[in-house]
Amino acid sequence: MTLAPARQPAVRLALAARSMAGLGVMVLAWDLALYMSGAPLLPRPWHVVLGMAELLTRGVLLKHVAASLFRVTWGFLLAVAVAVPLGFLLGRNQRVGKALAPLIHLLRPISPLAWIPIAILWLGVGDPPAIFIIFLASTPPLALAAMNAARNVPQVYVHAGRNFGLGPRELFLRVLLPASVPELLVGLRLTLGIAWLVVVAAEMIAVNSGLGFLIVDSRNAGNRYDLVVAGMVLIGVTGLLLDRAVVRLARGYLRGRDMVGDAS
Amino acid sequence: MGASRKTLETLLLPALTGGVLLAVWHAAVVLTKTHIFPSPWQVLLGIQELADQGRLVPYVLDSLNRVLTGYLLAVAVGLPGGLVLGLHAPAAHVAAPVIQLLRPISPLAWIPVSIILFGIANTATIFLIFLASLFPITLATMDAVRNVPAIYLRSGQNFGLGRYALLRRIILPAALPHALTGLRLSFGIAWLVVVAAEMIGVDSGLGYLIIDARNAGKRYDLVVAGILLVGGIGLSLDLLMRWLERARALRWAYQRDP
Amino acid sequence: MRSQNAAKRLDVAAPTPSPPSQAQPAKLSVAGLTVTFPVDGTHRTVLEAIDFECHEGELVCLLGPSGCGKSTLLNVIGGFLKPTQGQVLIDGAPVTGPDPRRIFVFQERGVFPWLTVEGNIGFGIQHLPAEERRQRVAHYVEMVGLRGFERAYPAELSGGMKQRLEVARALAVGPDMLYLDESFGALDYITRHNLRRELLHLWATERKTILFVTHDIDESVQLANRVVVMAARPGRIQRVVDIDLPYPRDISSARYLRYRDELLEELGLAHQR
Repeated sequence: MTLAPARQPAVRLALAARSMAGLGVMVLAWDLALYMSGAPLLPRPWHVVLGMAELLTRGVLLKHVAASLFRVTWGFLLAVAVAVPLGFLLGRNQRVGKALAPLIHLLRPISPLAWIPIAILWLGVGDPPAIFIIFLASTPPLALAAMNAARNVPQVYVHAGRNFGLGPRELFLRVLLPASVPELLVGLRLTLGIAWLVVVAAEMIAVNSGLGFLIVDSRNAGNRYDLVVAGMVLIGVTGLLLDRAVVRLARGYLRGRDMVGDAS
Repeated sequence: MGASRKTLETLLLPALTGGVLLAVWHAAVVLTKTHIFPSPWQVLLGIQELADQGRLVPYVLDSLNRVLTGYLLAVAVGLPGGLVLGLHAPAAHVAAPVIQLLRPISPLAWIPVSIILFGIANTATIFLIFLASLFPITLATMDAVRNVPAIYLRSGQNFGLGRYALLRRIILPAALPHALTGLRLSFGIAWLVVVAAEMIGVDSGLGYLIIDARNAGKRYDLVVAGILLVGGIGLSLDLLMRWLERARALRWAYQRDP
Repeated sequence: MRSQNAAKRLDVAAPTPSPPSQAQPAKLSVAGLTVTFPVDGTHRTVLEAIDFECHEGELVCLLGPSGCGKSTLLNVIGGFLKPTQGQVLIDGAPVTGPDPRRIFVFQERGVFPWLTVEGNIGFGIQHLPAEERRQRVAHYVEMVGLRGFERAYPAELSGGMKQRLEVARALAVGPDMLYLDESFGALDYITRHNLRRELLHLWATERKTILFVTHDIDESVQLANRVVVMAARPGRIQRVVDIDLPYPRDISSARYLRYRDELLEELGLAHQR
């Protein structure tokens, strides 16, 4: 709605101050609420900082973060490899779309965690079932996003491509895929967010490392709620950084291509 | 004739896929001679067994009850909240970092904290659903309000509308379709989370059914029955929400240009 | 074949508006108007020292190439933008913001998609008693030829119908001025012709003062009794041309074509002889 003029340093500073104000108010409210209620178990912000330092000195902080990121990366990449081609097939071939889309709609509302018993039955314990669950959680939303992106490629582009004599394979690589990238990127970003939500949840049940495990373990082994909340903060920060990274990649791609993308 | 063939295809093709999948599943169970993983027929018998034990309906109702309570609470907070953030840019600036930081935290990660806060497991589960739906509802509403085309606002001002009239007669109707889509998607998330939360915190509901069937005697027929129930009910809820979304008041948003 | 008929209809059907008198005080006066926007740290001058007047009942076209700031000028006059310097007076009072006495007609995108045809036309007259409102809506539905579509949503209408709907919505509040910003630009040739004819008809019957922004030379010669020709970088008034032709205008007459050539030359588009 408003024009976006070049931001002066003063304006930037004011914006940064506002952002900090929000976080500051949250931390203050958290501290004040615990101070007033005197709840015995829940940690105050300062305790969480100390807990974070403790995790760092024990050398487990990076280990848990890396374990979660490892699982998310593999599960997500597997899902991309399967869901993007599948989505294009669904989007461009009406028959396949009609035959398979209802199945995906049926799979999507199933909580990924509901697959845990089956994942453990088939793949044992450890990383494979966790990766499998992330794969299962990411595939339906990504396939549907790719399907819509493929459907929304303007027909004139397809006609133009055919006119220049492109076969199906070339049409996909040189027209459909590049034309749908902006929408696809939005889908990838949302799906990565989902994958991050799911890895933590899966780690609370199925494995013994990662940020989700850190939370469950800290509570079960001695009610260390300072570490529980430290784990939550780590999850939030890592998830946020992951999201920013995708946005940055997307922006880099979309810049100068005059394509509409929702990389805000 | 062409049209009726199309509708026939729309019905037949998914049925065919379903049939093929069931056949493959059945064949795989028979060929591998597994005693652990159930065949489709055994799953059906499992659902029958649940119904006979009187667990099927109460579990479904428990899950629905939790999801609705948590979700409606989130709507009550998220809709007005998103509206304010969409209208008032400074407020959005202040709230954005908090929301961005809290959103990537898996709702399940709140379980330890929410059990301390609420004591009762059922309330804690509802709180998780509330949290899980709150952020998407708030953000979708905020986006809907922000994306009201400037041209409509200017037309409204031109006709002499004040702030309140602008809100009621331009911003709300123009933002409604987009906001409702956000509500539907958030409901889908709430449904994912209720099942997950029930696997950890409580002793009823479909999520509990799945985890309990595995832990108490490796009843994989009941596990798969639970999974299919979750999928079927979730799909029905989504279809119901889509139907509501297309109510008459919103007909304008879905009409195609001639 | 059809397009020729449509073009000719302009001559047959348009009524004869009486030529506005220029002796009265100005309805609208723009004095020393300058607008600058900050761009990349510097200030770009979009409009520089604009002066012109417009009298009650005139139909004035602002004509110029894209980027000459004609839309910006109309937005300042409409009260949507504040000028950097100078002022806009209407009936002697400075413009401070949008006002329902003066309605801005966008390209057909401005109709509200969530309201029916009736709802759109009735939008600006909610304060009237129901019966009067109903009559007025019916009157303008009839006038812009949308009878039978009262309950339709804009998505069900064609581009030309949406444009007529937006004009009807503007007229229903009984404004004394209309601002049209390339309002017919997105329509096909035939529809555009018909709408110009209808606009002239409305102008004759409703006695509004109309400002019409366009980059279409034919449009300006067909409609305006005065054309303000603008030039770009920075946006300024290059010349004001009075079109002294009787309505209805014969678009193949020699005098019409002379005015057309004159404007082509002003915009630097004339044939090199």
